Amino acid sequence: MQRIGVFVCHCGTNIAATVDVKAVAETLKNESGVVFSTDYQYMCSESGQNIIKDAIKEHKLTGVVVCSCSPRMHEATFRKAVASVGLNPYMLEVANLREQCSWIHKDIATATEKAVILGRAAIAKVHLNAPLTAGESPVVKRALVIGGGIAGIQTALDIADAGFDVDIIEKEPTIGGKMAQIDKTFPTLDCAACILTPKMVEAAQNEKIHIHSFSEVADVKGFVGNFTVTIKKKARFVDETKCTGCGLCTEKCPMKKVPNEFNMNLDNRTAVYIPFAQAVPKVARIDPNYCLMLKNGKCGVCSKVCSVGAIDYKQQDKFIEERYGAIVVATGFNPIKLDKYDEFAYSLSPDVVTSLELERLMNAAGPNGGTLLRPSDKTHPHTIVFVQCVGSRCDDSKGKPYCSKICCMYTAKHAMLIREKYPDTEVYVFYIDVRTPGKNFDEFYRRAVEEYGVHYVKGMVGKVTPRTDGKLAVQASDLLSNEQLHIDADMVVLAAAIEPDKTARPLATMLTTQMDTNDFFTEAHPKLRPVESATAGIFLSGACQGPKDIPETVAQASAAAAKAIGLLCKNSITCNPCVAHSDELMCNGCSSCEKVCPYGAITYIDKEFRMPDRTTAIRRVASVNPAVCQGCGACTVACPSGAMDLNGFSNSQIMAEVDAICK
Amino acid sequence: MQEAIINKAKELLADGRVDRVIGWKKGEFSYDITPAVFETAEEIDAEFVCNDFTSANVSKYLVKETKKDGTVLAFLKPCDTYSFNQLVKEHRIDASKVYTVGIPCDGKLDPEKIKQKGISGIRSIEKDGDMLKIDTVYGDETLKISDAMSERCLSCKSRKHVCYDELIGEDGDVISSNRFDMVEQLENMSAQERYDFWRSQLSKCIRCNACRNVCPACTCEKCVFDNDDSGISNKAAADSFEENMFHVIRAFHVAGRCTDCGECSRVCPQNIPLHLLNRKFIKDINSLYGEYQAGADTDSRAPLTDYKQSDCEASVVHERGVE
Amino acid sequence: MQVNEKKEFEPVIVAFCCNWCSYAGADLSGTNRLNYPTNVKIIRVPCSCRVNPMFILRAFQRGADGVIICGCHPGDCHYTSGNYFARRRMTLLFSMLDFIGIERDRTRVEWVSAAEGAKFAATMNEFTEAVKKLGPNRRLEDLRCRKQS
Repeated sequence: MQRIGVFVCHCGTNIAATVDVKAVAETLKNESGVVFSTDYQYMCSESGQNIIKDAIKEHKLTGVVVCSCSPRMHEATFRKAVASVGLNPYMLEVANLREQCSWIHKDIATATEKAVILGRAAIAKVHLNAPLTAGESPVVKRALVIGGGIAGIQTALDIADAGFDVDIIEKEPTIGGKMAQIDKTFPTLDCAACILTPKMVEAAQNEKIHIHSFSEVADVKGFVGNFTVTIKKKARFVDETKCTGCGLCTEKCPMKKVPNEFNMNLDNRTAVYIPFAQAVPKVARIDPNYCLMLKNGKCGVCSKVCSVGAIDYKQQDKFIEERYGAIVVATGFNPIKLDKYDEFAYSLSPDVVTSLELERLMNAAGPNGGTLLRPSDKTHPHTIVFVQCVGSRCDDSKGKPYCSKICCMYTAKHAMLIREKYPDTEVYVFYIDVRTPGKNFDEFYRRAVEEYGVHYVKGMVGKVTPRTDGKLAVQASDLLSNEQLHIDADMVVLAAAIEPDKTARPLATMLTTQMDTNDFFTEAHPKLRPVESATAGIFLSGACQGPKDIPETVAQASAAAAKAIGLLCKNSITCNPCVAHSDELMCNGCSSCEKVCPYGAITYIDKEFRMPDRTTAIRRVASVNPAVCQGCGACTVACPSGAMDLNGFSNSQIMAEVDAICK
Repeated sequence: MQEAIINKAKELLADGRVDRVIGWKKGEFSYDITPAVFETAEEIDAEFVCNDFTSANVSKYLVKETKKDGTVLAFLKPCDTYSFNQLVKEHRIDASKVYTVGIPCDGKLDPEKIKQKGISGIRSIEKDGDMLKIDTVYGDETLKISDAMSERCLSCKSRKHVCYDELIGEDGDVISSNRFDMVEQLENMSAQERYDFWRSQLSKCIRCNACRNVCPACTCEKCVFDNDDSGISNKAAADSFEENMFHVIRAFHVAGRCTDCGECSRVCPQNIPLHLLNRKFIKDINSLYGEYQAGADTDSRAPLTDYKQSDCEASVVHERGVE
Repeated sequence: MQVNEKKEFEPVIVAFCCNWCSYAGADLSGTNRLNYPTNVKIIRVPCSCRVNPMFILRAFQRGADGVIICGCHPGDCHYTSGNYFARRRMTLLFSMLDFIGIERDRTRVEWVSAAEGAKFAATMNEFTEAVKKLGPNRRLEDLRCRKQS
């Protein structure tokens, strides 16, 4: 039997004006288990807290009920107070007599009656409270960043700056991501490579940063502060530690007809290749799909010309295991495939290109050395039509329901760059509406219209038809003047929607993080915790969380780094003790609880039990990791046998409250 | 059919593929059937039956049987395979210790129904077209099969085996059934009428727990109704509240997991149509969250451990149908 | 059920409120001095998904005339998905209670955010009124728990 003390607060007149506090204290004195009951002007004041502390000592209280303001206000205060005199802080309950009683009622009699009932409910709960101790779990002081685009690079640099080791896993042979393919950036028109490549080099040279290029996450185990990640280092057939990146092998490779993915397949590369001049790490890779040696066992030229002996045709995928305290996801985005958009003739004409392809066509390091030429006949285009929202803001199953956010601005950039370099080229932009929220964005767009004379037309392109004379017949509607337009274009540029990288979905499963229906990672709170996932210790950086431009990506990358650093700074994490726990004797091992756990806190173990007939049996039972569980209680209801219960909000506690209220 | 099944059982026992066989044995009368485990060919020859009355679903027994050593052979009717699959999905059955043989079923007979027709002293029953020829101590009787068929078989949902290691006979199809008709009929009544209906039914409950004990979805190590700490344990249907609560909670606990095998109603000594409670959940789940058949597979998410952002709000209950 | 001096029926209403949104919303309606009847007594739970159907039946058994579950709006759950599970569970449970003939207005789910103090008060006023109209809970009461009056 508990020895319970009840402390009724007047809160000045806030409670006392509508609730007869003395009567409440008097009445509650008669409740079973209550050995002390009193009232005081301000329980949260120092002298009020002393009344509680003294009573605990004097009356050997094992449980405390404070009838005061909302527990959201002062539960922590009172918990600290009772803990200071040796009572477990979780042996305290607060009855909310202010926000949920005195402040909403006017009649003293009924308000007092309700206050007594609320007090009774709290007393009934405290009877079933058990002392809880917050556990601690150590933090491995190393972070993992998944994805080596600008988001991942920025996050890694910031974490390394704070003095922690950080690994980057990049699935491509080089870090850099999409930004490395971009020509210029809006709204400043500075060159992307000029601002990105120094960061890539910085990351490579930082001794705290370890880049696993051409690698993937194979498995994730563990929880916040203590993840174990298996990294698959894919075979690149070149010894990373030996290769100097001299490029001799790529010059001599006889297989020169390999589509160059870095240039969006607009030109060719060799079978052994370095993705681009500033690649980090600057190490060659052999493409096994094209290498004559790997395919037919005949050639070996690269091996012969390599002076350091870095070529290794027998290299295998390698798996390594590392431990991390925090994981940052920065898996980025891709433009969608346009095979469902035949109306724009993307697959019919090489002169219909995506915006990212246009970036390469205009880039000095691109297939045409920076001169904008039609891909089909390498002539100078005189009329270019841009189509916005291709696959964005779609309500059908073809595209994406969301706005891809960056297309309005990069199209303005493209239009402006073309008009500046080739004033004889007419540029049309067909849009649903132009979205330019962002610093200097609207000014930028207006410059495109006003200074550069780009023709912005509100309306959609209905059809693009390649003609035999090489022109593209563009049929479109102008919604403002309500007329049909026919434009003979030399090139059509499609602003394809962006979507999360395909590797994100399986990764989310491994990390037990949540995704939305579009496969973007879901943040822990859309406003207040935008860079954390709901799974403790997993943070989100860049476009994996939603479409973003570069400034936003970098801002979020640094924010995610700050959150990760905050975690890595701690030696250990204090866990919330109000977590679920499973009664192994009752657990069926049915996996219902595991399926509703948003944090992946529940695992199953095969455990040996002694049965009533003295035999032993192995049973599959649930086990909750208290460091990962956040205490929502979803599992407790999913469990049919009632084996799963929640500390601090147990079935019996809540039912005791129900009984007290309904009595 | 019985001969083929017995031969299969003996063959698998003989070649060591299985160590035990779970099937049915008859009691005093040919229609008095209980599930049983057989370990030798002799036992099988002596007692094994598979006839028009062997309707008991043996899948639940495998929870205990697979905890023992060795492999057990189970003969599963189409509806039993759903229960089997569901139990495998919930890790209650170790599928590696079971050899399942699917057996065809064109509906089982309900001895109670035959007795209700005033036919007693049954010695043997034979099928003849759509008629039954019944040999009784008082002479020969005939009865239409459909009049003697189990209620649940009249609204059979599937003649397809969703899993088996081996099949005797040919596999059937999932059939569109009228199984929700009665639920719908009740839904169209007024709340008072529904209340009266369920009072008249549930007040018959004697809390024998047969429905729970036979239910393949009720395999909890310790049932909440037997657990004094659960706050809802009770051993007797003391009053109307407990009658209601027991059946509502039981139906809720199996919601999304119940395969609609109909065992609960079959074994109820008071003939309470308990399956209607389960079917109500199944019907709601199908209409609100998309068609779902528990036990049809072993990897899909059960409706109550899943959600869609676009799910309807609970107020849908207030907005539809008759109050 | 309580009966006041005027012998008017005063329903007992149990409100399960999630800690993060609805309980805070209830606090806010207090802070803003928005009235709702004393009939409503709130039980704090971490999340609407903590509400077990057993609690609701228990409340009716012990004398509640109405039970309302309040949680974060869909998409805003502190635990990301709790209210989605709660929504399915409660929809099916309420539908079942309706099916066995329990008055459907005795149960309700409402999403109330921490900013919706006014909505909380309005919901409680409305719900209490609706339950009052139904009268005492007779169809799902436990006679052994009925108060002597």
